[in-house]
Amino acid sequence: MILKKLKLPAISFAMALFVCGLLIAFSDPKVLALRGNPLEMIGKGFSTAGSAYWALFRGSIYDPLLAEGNFWGGFYPFSETLVTASPLILTGLSVALAFRAGLFNIGAQGQFIAGAIGASWVGFAFEMPIFIHAITAMATAVLFAGLFGGFVGFLKARTGAHEVIVTIMLNYVAAYFLLWLLSTTAFLRPGRQDPLAPEVRQSARLPHFLGSEFRANLGFFIALLAAAAVWWLLNRSTWGFRFRAVGANASASRTAGISVARVTTSVMFIAGALAGLGGAVQVLGSEFAMTSGIGGSFGFDAITVALLGRATPVGTVFAALLFGALRAGGLTMQASTGTPLDLVLVIQALVVLFIAAPALIKGIFRLKNVESGETLASKGWNG
Amino acid sequence: MERLMSEIEVRSLSAPERRRKRGVITMGVLGAFALLVFGIFPKGGEQVTYSFVLGNEWILIKEWIIDSKTGAIGFAIASLLAVFVATLQFKARKTIRLASGLFGATFLMSFLCWAAAGKFVPFTGLLQGGLILAVPLIFGAMAGIISERSGVINIAIEGQLLAGAFMSGVIASLMQSTWAGLLVAPFAGMAISWLLAVFAIKYGIDQVVLGFVLNVLVIGVTNFLYGKLLIPYQSTWNSGGTFDIIEIPILAKIPVIGPIFFAQSIIIYLMYVAVIVIHIALFKSKWGLRTRSVGEHPTAAESVGIDVNKVRFRNVLIAGAVAGLGGAFFTLGALGAFSKEMTADKGFIALAAVIFGRWSPLGAVAAALIFGFADNLQGLLTIIGTPIPSEFMLMVPYIATVIAVSGFVGRVRAPAADGVPYKRGGGSH
Repeated sequence: MILKKLKLPAISFAMALFVCGLLIAFSDPKVLALRGNPLEMIGKGFSTAGSAYWALFRGSIYDPLLAEGNFWGGFYPFSETLVTASPLILTGLSVALAFRAGLFNIGAQGQFIAGAIGASWVGFAFEMPIFIHAITAMATAVLFAGLFGGFVGFLKARTGAHEVIVTIMLNYVAAYFLLWLLSTTAFLRPGRQDPLAPEVRQSARLPHFLGSEFRANLGFFIALLAAAAVWWLLNRSTWGFRFRAVGANASASRTAGISVARVTTSVMFIAGALAGLGGAVQVLGSEFAMTSGIGGSFGFDAITVALLGRATPVGTVFAALLFGALRAGGLTMQASTGTPLDLVLVIQALVVLFIAAPALIKGIFRLKNVESGETLASKGWNG
Repeated sequence: MERLMSEIEVRSLSAPERRRKRGVITMGVLGAFALLVFGIFPKGGEQVTYSFVLGNEWILIKEWIIDSKTGAIGFAIASLLAVFVATLQFKARKTIRLASGLFGATFLMSFLCWAAAGKFVPFTGLLQGGLILAVPLIFGAMAGIISERSGVINIAIEGQLLAGAFMSGVIASLMQSTWAGLLVAPFAGMAISWLLAVFAIKYGIDQVVLGFVLNVLVIGVTNFLYGKLLIPYQSTWNSGGTFDIIEIPILAKIPVIGPIFFAQSIIIYLMYVAVIVIHIALFKSKWGLRTRSVGEHPTAAESVGIDVNKVRFRNVLIAGAVAGLGGAFFTLGALGAFSKEMTADKGFIALAAVIFGRWSPLGAVAAALIFGFADNLQGLLTIIGTPIPSEFMLMVPYIATVIAVSGFVGRVRAPAADGVPYKRGGGSH
């Protein structure tokens, strides 16, 4: 059962790695220089791609070089993977939850920023006891981002404005708002001119759980907890049933007496809140100080994460871990083999494309009984 | 009962009329706001200098100096007059487009008199820069329209632009010929839209998701190759150069307009041609009729013997070609070399222009010009320093689009079957 579910993602991932391996090999001047000798060229291509992928592994799971004299030290890259994956799980859940209710939340990026602003502000501007401070900061992030996301749902419910268009546009509004905020005296670090907020206080930071030399922090467990909560919401609660019903067939749900408007607004509120919590985890767990680039690409990667995870909470967690590992490992790959980090983007896009087209995979591998990507059925602008 | 009566009363105005009414009221409020905030409240006593280039040479021929307070009040009153005209037209049940345009221009001038108090505004340069910034938006918007009018959502405009920019830059550099680059650009865009067409039309995958993923793919691949080839081997891979500016005889000598529109590179002239051809073809040709019928009512189209998916496939490819050509403007028309993610999300603003222009070519061009102008104005205001933070100016196109889609001032509606895959003989879903 589980193996069957993993078949399609696993094949897609392998194919993406293969295609990217070709890309690495055949864009390398040393490989291209061997054009006259095909055999040697293929060999050189193999070793080039191989060393890049080895660096990717070293940067994301276990690095023997770091393990010399200290076995556990070799797991530093794995801790980095967890740090990157934590916000990604939360933004991925945001997109996945919306998917299940038939909404496409491209706005996780903006909601992430809204959450980061809330968490950072409470984190540096107020003095509070430990724990309470972190919780208040996260609650503020959830509220800010929830309202930001909920606004989109409200607009859709009231006026029919398509959430894709509105969220795309609001992402920019959030990014520019953050840029402006970082230029105001309230958010500018004293003595600095560049857009950099003050660091959040010690009391608001999320504690490390693998010892102080590893950056892995409580944010990972917060993300897992959120995934469990979303699972419960979707599969065990009345609200979740309504969400899924609206996602499956909005007009039938309306006939059955479900308020589609209320569902749309609340789904977008929760989706926003999840992405905002991701922003809070990023600020309170690993970054501490907000910059104009705090959003990174967490909100955009979230879309590929949710798609790879088939819009289920468990799938999203694993997909986020995979992409978190790629992101973390990509840095090492870039540093040690000169393979640009952007390769990770290509892998991500290809995985999703291959998953999106079960017919394609089935055709190539002559598979039967591969589950299709039902979350990807098309709806159109006016639906 | 009372509530029912009032509802009936409201309904006696048709939906477009109600929105038009709301539009007139909004303009009135904005006009009054301009009069008070830009005109009456500020202390005044400072002057604004507008410069106009009248010929095609960049020498200052005409300067217009005006007191900022007087200018702001004057233009605010003019904008209120435009609102008055709009009210009369509304009462007479006519469209208020012309009066709205007039309102927009005078409101903007009032704002400019206030914002640039004590400063120098190069007016011709402002318009010309706005046009330049609008070029990729216009190409992108045309791509969006061609695809979406036939029923395939095109979120991948960004990717098509970027692919066009990348390939045109690289080929122009390798072949040492800007013309070769220009020739290749449409095919680069087409390659991306081919993927869009195959996955969307053949496999019926969600077109929004798909477009999004294709953008990521193009960004990833171009960034990767940029880092691996274009930076280390810049002289062979990334030195394509730009097209020379071509002045159209006579037309370029027209005061103000001439240098703005008729002293540009070949790509901009291609853009004029593209817009005109697309507009006429969409509304006057057999191709256009088929495109629109397939986008609005594919079942009906098929019943008269049109192969829905074939029309869509072809349109998506054409859209990619147009966007790819637009991508060439970034490299061959402007910067001369490719740089990482140089399209800078212009594809998404182009999408906004499509929506803002209600899926019509001329409307989208108008929207793109407004967005380009706002972008350029923002740049100018950042340089001369004004009371409004430049970040808020940058938000304008996005907020305007949100307002447009939420139907506050005017309701926009996508082609009915936009984004809905078509199965032969099986109805529209």
